[in-house]
Amino acid sequence: MNTATASRYTAEYQTLAPTLPGQTLPWLKQLRCRALEKFSAHGFPSPREEEWRYTNVSAIEKKLFSPSLSLTTPPVDKVWLKGCQLEDAWSVVLVNGRFSAELSVLDGLPEAVSLMSMADALTASPAIAPLVEKYLGQAVNYSEHGFIAFNTAWFTDGLLLHVPAGQVLAKPVQLLHVVTQAETMATTRTIIIVGEMAEAKVIETFAGVDNSYLTAAVTEVFIDQNADLTLYKMQSESEKAYHFGGTYVKQGKDARFTHHNFALGGLLARSDILTDMDQASECELNGLYLGVKRQHIDSHTRINHLKPHAISREIYKGVLDDRARGVFQGRVIVAEDAQKTDSQMNNRNLLLSDNAEADTKPQLEIYADDVKCGHGVTVGQLDESSVFYLQSRCIDEETARNMLTFAFANEMVDKIRIKSLHDKVLEQVLLRFPQEGIEKSWL
Amino acid sequence: MLSIKNLHVSIADKPILKGINLQINAGEIHAIMGPNGSGKSTLAHVLSGKSGYTVTEGSVTYNTKNLLAMEAEIRAREGVFLAFQYPVEIPGVSNIYLLKAALNSIRKYQGQPEVDAMDFLTLVKEKVRLLDMDEKFLYRAVNEGFSGGEKKRNEILQMAILEPKLCIMDETDSGLDIDALKVVAQGVNSLRSPERSFIMVTHYQRLLDYIKPDFVHVLANGQIVKSGGADLALELEEKGYGWLEEQAAA
Repeated sequence: MNTATASRYTAEYQTLAPTLPGQTLPWLKQLRCRALEKFSAHGFPSPREEEWRYTNVSAIEKKLFSPSLSLTTPPVDKVWLKGCQLEDAWSVVLVNGRFSAELSVLDGLPEAVSLMSMADALTASPAIAPLVEKYLGQAVNYSEHGFIAFNTAWFTDGLLLHVPAGQVLAKPVQLLHVVTQAETMATTRTIIIVGEMAEAKVIETFAGVDNSYLTAAVTEVFIDQNADLTLYKMQSESEKAYHFGGTYVKQGKDARFTHHNFALGGLLARSDILTDMDQASECELNGLYLGVKRQHIDSHTRINHLKPHAISREIYKGVLDDRARGVFQGRVIVAEDAQKTDSQMNNRNLLLSDNAEADTKPQLEIYADDVKCGHGVTVGQLDESSVFYLQSRCIDEETARNMLTFAFANEMVDKIRIKSLHDKVLEQVLLRFPQEGIEKSWL
Repeated sequence: MLSIKNLHVSIADKPILKGINLQINAGEIHAIMGPNGSGKSTLAHVLSGKSGYTVTEGSVTYNTKNLLAMEAEIRAREGVFLAFQYPVEIPGVSNIYLLKAALNSIRKYQGQPEVDAMDFLTLVKEKVRLLDMDEKFLYRAVNEGFSGGEKKRNEILQMAILEPKLCIMDETDSGLDIDALKVVAQGVNSLRSPERSFIMVTHYQRLLDYIKPDFVHVLANGQIVKSGGADLALELEEKGYGWLEEQAAA
């Protein structure tokens, strides 16, 4: 805990508060105040907290990032942005933590679907503002940890997506978070609501300029009864950036949630993926973290089986090279009431260098007696029998090793069901490892 | 084609092969039989270049070249193919990618240009039909989730496409039901030619009902204790390996 940092942010808050959206709403103003008090007292999470044991954020505390005050979109490199934007999706863009209408592409969005900036949602229509009031802070409380408190107090904008009951979205929705200025903090709050029997595919993309900045994004997700959400997170921040991204999910009865977490960028990056599962709901958490140089990438997941008959499947894979460090902490909690739970968790790590490190901590906490739960963890090098198999098929050893490393990661990339996203992730994955001998055009 | 002279091989200082002599000419099929632990698989692995084995004595000449001095991939490009007893699963690499990478490695080694994409597809699909496989197999990850029979069939598919000169088949019949065995045998038989030789390592005589060998050798305790024609396999089926091991020990 570094309260000196906290008090610096708190001091600045007074001047910046008027620029934050929703300040005229008493409930939100109060919420922000309470969150700020919490943050002032405790600061960012400390390694003394069990869930932050392996990730020390003191590097973030040493800096003071500033929110972007300008409500107009700053100049953005169009070619670069195009590289991040998915062509076959509705795309909403946040630049330095603020919505940009001119960069967003929303043509043809069904009228019943609401997709707008958090600032607009808080002030716009009488139908939407109550939704925000109803849901904000319901999937995660600001007291969870310092980043949530920080985000709750400081969010400058964010997005709201509401897919009403029965609506099946014809195209994916991309929530694109970009940072264009050094030393900026992009603090955004997003709410995704998928109504009963509705279906949606959403992609959260994070990218930024080649510089130091802080992303602190919190997404709250509500999947109603028998609804279906596939959420992709493509974290390809700059290699000098700091990233905290939390996804907090509430699944209704029979609701299906599939998450794909591609953690590729950032000097220090942490993801939280937490879901509360109601009866007979299903969740699938897939993750891939790739660390090179001195990257530190932490993936933290928690699956709460609260009711009977829910199914969860989790597989996280990490490839770590150079001096990179990967952290996986996965908790599955099966409540006393959650009989017939079926849960599998897996974490596999591939270390490519003697100086790379993987810290993995799967945890099963089972309070029910009739459940099927399992977990497995591996940390190791490439399988030598696979290397020999490829050599016996005419492929030289170096190419064989490159192929197998790529294949280890590609298994997760192959799960992406959106072609344009698949190709972008594949390109990023290939960039991070030796490609000698890999024929990209054949993939 | 292949000349093995007085081959001694150890694993971690433990002698496994103790003086193997074997001459294989072009077009011949040799079956290597023997009880478990006799060194059959070691012989197959040493010939294909797997690491972890130390050759302490002897030589292996393959088409006038010193086979033991070559890396595993060079042996493969020179036409030595090992069909694995337990083919490895490689999630994340598709079958078709591996086939293309392997075939082009050979072509590059021989100074030929990369195979034309259309010609390649035509070739692969023809072989897939030959082995009674579903084309979907090509786009699945190498051996991932394949049944035992599917894995062995996949080995033969690779063999059919790479057209090796010397095929070493390590316990190809193990884990196969009779229908899968017939398909695999049919695939192998279709590859028989006056230029291509086979070494079939097998514990059972069953495979030899479908692929008729020219020679049968019995390996026991690291040495070839008896050689003969196809009839020897039948004799072994009847009498087992015990009498030969006793003879060798005497």
